[in-house]
Amino acid sequence: MWLQTTWFVLYVIIISGYVILDGFDLGVGMLSPFIARTDHDRRILLNSIGPVWDGNEVWLVLGGGALFAAFPLVYASLFSGFYLAMMLVLLVLIMRTVAIEFRSKRPEAWWRSLWDWTFTISSFGITILLGVALGNVIRGVALDQQGNMSVDLVDLLNPYSIALGLVAVSMLCLHGAIFLTQKAEGDLLQRIKDLIPKLLIAFFVLMTVLVTWTLLRDEQFTQNFKDRPWTVIFPVLALVSIVSAWLFVRRGAYLSAFLASATMIALLLGAVACGTYPVMLRSTTDSAFNLTVQNASAANETLTVMFIIALIGMPFVLLYTAGVYYFFRGKVELDDESY
Amino acid sequence: MSVELLHRIQFALTVTFHFIFPPLSLGVGLILIIFGIKSVRTKDPKWRQLSTFWVKIYGLIFAMGIATGIVQEFEFGTNWSQYSRFVGNIFGSLLAAEGIFAFMLEGGFLGLMLFGGTRLGNRMWLFATTMVVAGATFSATWIVMANSWMQTPEGFEIRDVGQGPQAFMTSFQDVVFTPSFLPRILHVIAACWMVGSSLVLSVGAYYLLKKRHVELAKTMIRVALPVFTVMAILQVAVFGANQATEVAVNQPAKLGAMEGLYQTESCAPLYLFGWTNPDTETTTGVSIPCLLSFLTDKKFDGTVTGLEATPRDEWPNTNLVFQVYHLMIDLGMLFILIGALACGLWIWKRKIWNQRWLLWVLVSSVVLTEIATAAGWWTAEFSRQPWIVWQVLKTSDAYSPNVSFGQVVFSIAMFVVLYIIVFVVFLRLLDRRIKEGPPPPPDEEETASLPDSFGEIFRRRSRVSSGGD
Repeated sequence: MWLQTTWFVLYVIIISGYVILDGFDLGVGMLSPFIARTDHDRRILLNSIGPVWDGNEVWLVLGGGALFAAFPLVYASLFSGFYLAMMLVLLVLIMRTVAIEFRSKRPEAWWRSLWDWTFTISSFGITILLGVALGNVIRGVALDQQGNMSVDLVDLLNPYSIALGLVAVSMLCLHGAIFLTQKAEGDLLQRIKDLIPKLLIAFFVLMTVLVTWTLLRDEQFTQNFKDRPWTVIFPVLALVSIVSAWLFVRRGAYLSAFLASATMIALLLGAVACGTYPVMLRSTTDSAFNLTVQNASAANETLTVMFIIALIGMPFVLLYTAGVYYFFRGKVELDDESY
Repeated sequence: MSVELLHRIQFALTVTFHFIFPPLSLGVGLILIIFGIKSVRTKDPKWRQLSTFWVKIYGLIFAMGIATGIVQEFEFGTNWSQYSRFVGNIFGSLLAAEGIFAFMLEGGFLGLMLFGGTRLGNRMWLFATTMVVAGATFSATWIVMANSWMQTPEGFEIRDVGQGPQAFMTSFQDVVFTPSFLPRILHVIAACWMVGSSLVLSVGAYYLLKKRHVELAKTMIRVALPVFTVMAILQVAVFGANQATEVAVNQPAKLGAMEGLYQTESCAPLYLFGWTNPDTETTTGVSIPCLLSFLTDKKFDGTVTGLEATPRDEWPNTNLVFQVYHLMIDLGMLFILIGALACGLWIWKRKIWNQRWLLWVLVSSVVLTEIATAAGWWTAEFSRQPWIVWQVLKTSDAYSPNVSFGQVVFSIAMFVVLYIIVFVVFLRLLDRRIKEGPPPPPDEEETASLPDSFGEIFRRRSRVSSGGD
């Protein structure tokens, strides 16, 4: 049991790693048309994530692999049940990758504008689709006894999940904008700084609505917090983080604001996990069909092997991720090799 | 058409398209390491010039690889949910290990490799390149491990813990080192190096034909041709032959289909090409007598098990397997011929540089190696049918029951349209990059001023503060 819970925690950490790291990439993509005025601006934005976006996206691949290995039944039910949505996720992931690579390869204005829009739209697409998917996971899905479900795109787009998608958009735009303060200069930087307070307010309002909605409509979610009062620390600390992000922004301490924003993202995902644990995929058909960390996990042998692999691998990953970020710190400068 | 077949078509389509790119990046990566070592050793700026040129091509190929690679990881869940439930304990853990050991290494250092030309000295740039290529090689290793477990599964037991039968790991070591793993990984890595070096050969030969960048083009060929030729020979003589022995022992039905061998016989022939008809159980074509026996058993009268030993409903599509397999080995033999000819003309009075017909053959070599690697994978996968996990789980029990016919049709259509667009753009950009040619040689003083040890990298002030210098 502790092994399964450990893997659940590790899984939430991997997902948090993805949302924090690729989150600012997506934010940059979504904000691009609203803050860039010239081709030079757009290239600064693209190259702010240039050396790191691929490494960041690997966290999503790792998330997929870890779910497959540690909770194969959840992986199988979730991915096959959301078939069309998952295909659209793949579509936008592919489009975003090729847009980054193709964009600056040709000088023509139409060419660059085509891939700029592809980059922006696919960034919105990934954020909204993953947000909506999380919304549906929290709400529960019509799992049958075999763990199968088939959810049409239309069913996925319920008001609650759409709201979560919008929260995700505002959260990652904010996160991306704060990240860009470390990378942009001049007028572009000023426009970003002017935008941050607006994004903060938008995110805060949307988040408050979503939290209220979740607590009102989802008795089990609320009950879980009542049963495990100590877990309230996650949403409370998330609130502390966002408030301190706001204070840091006011004082112009943007690097600290970025760390506060990253912490908040991890705490919010932690709060979602506390609200649903031990259920990973809730069945709206019958609670006996719920997929939980106990009944959907791999056996102890696999979890142990995987745990050892994670223990060996993770320190290296953190070491060179930190090294690469340190190497590429500071403002973006364009040269022959830039995107 | 059955839904099962649609799922198979989608997977075959997406994985075949994906597999155009990883061999290219693995092979070009090896060549980049050679350029890097030369750079460090000789300090001749031409090596760094070549690295700068090829790293850009590498970046383009790599982006295609990641864009199309994530698709497979999703598809196990979306299209093959029953399979995922059954093998998650084993297959899932190999994929997760690939993520943490291989992709993270590649993704972490990719930025340093792609942007290293203007930021890193020779040694540190070589280090970053080596890390990325090591990551790619680990990735190939883990995925071939996972696929080899599907071919020759070991180290597991089947239990039903209330969610239907599932394969549970009994020994991680046995799962990882299945009997087919070692022969297969050697074969795959050698194939990747051939594909990558043939791209370098192809570009070099193209420049020679157009009389552009002649000296650099000769250098490309001098580096790539030995790699290509040695691998071509090893592939047929050692790695391919190894695989024949392994398959004969572990998966006789597979070998039977590959060679169209129905009756168990000694002195079994090896076909060069032909046609096999499973209804009449006959194979016609041009063959070398007793060679199959020799390959599998190391003696000409060795006994090779035919398809008759396997129940009829467990045969793969014999003629399909036969054809794609022979496409691969015929191309393999052609590569030895091309490599030997080119090397011969190179050594013999340096005649290679103006043999236009041979240069054209070299230009086309990358297309041929790509076809050969695809045919190799098709052989491995088609001949495993009707099993998805050899003699453990049937493909017909593995696909997602909750995904409809229409949904798969939609996704296949989506991938076809998307991949055609992306591939056309990729080819045009690659073509343009090659026609633009290598950049001017780097300024030696500038190169010398770049950080070239870990200490220098981390002592370097950030570019904001050094802006005023």
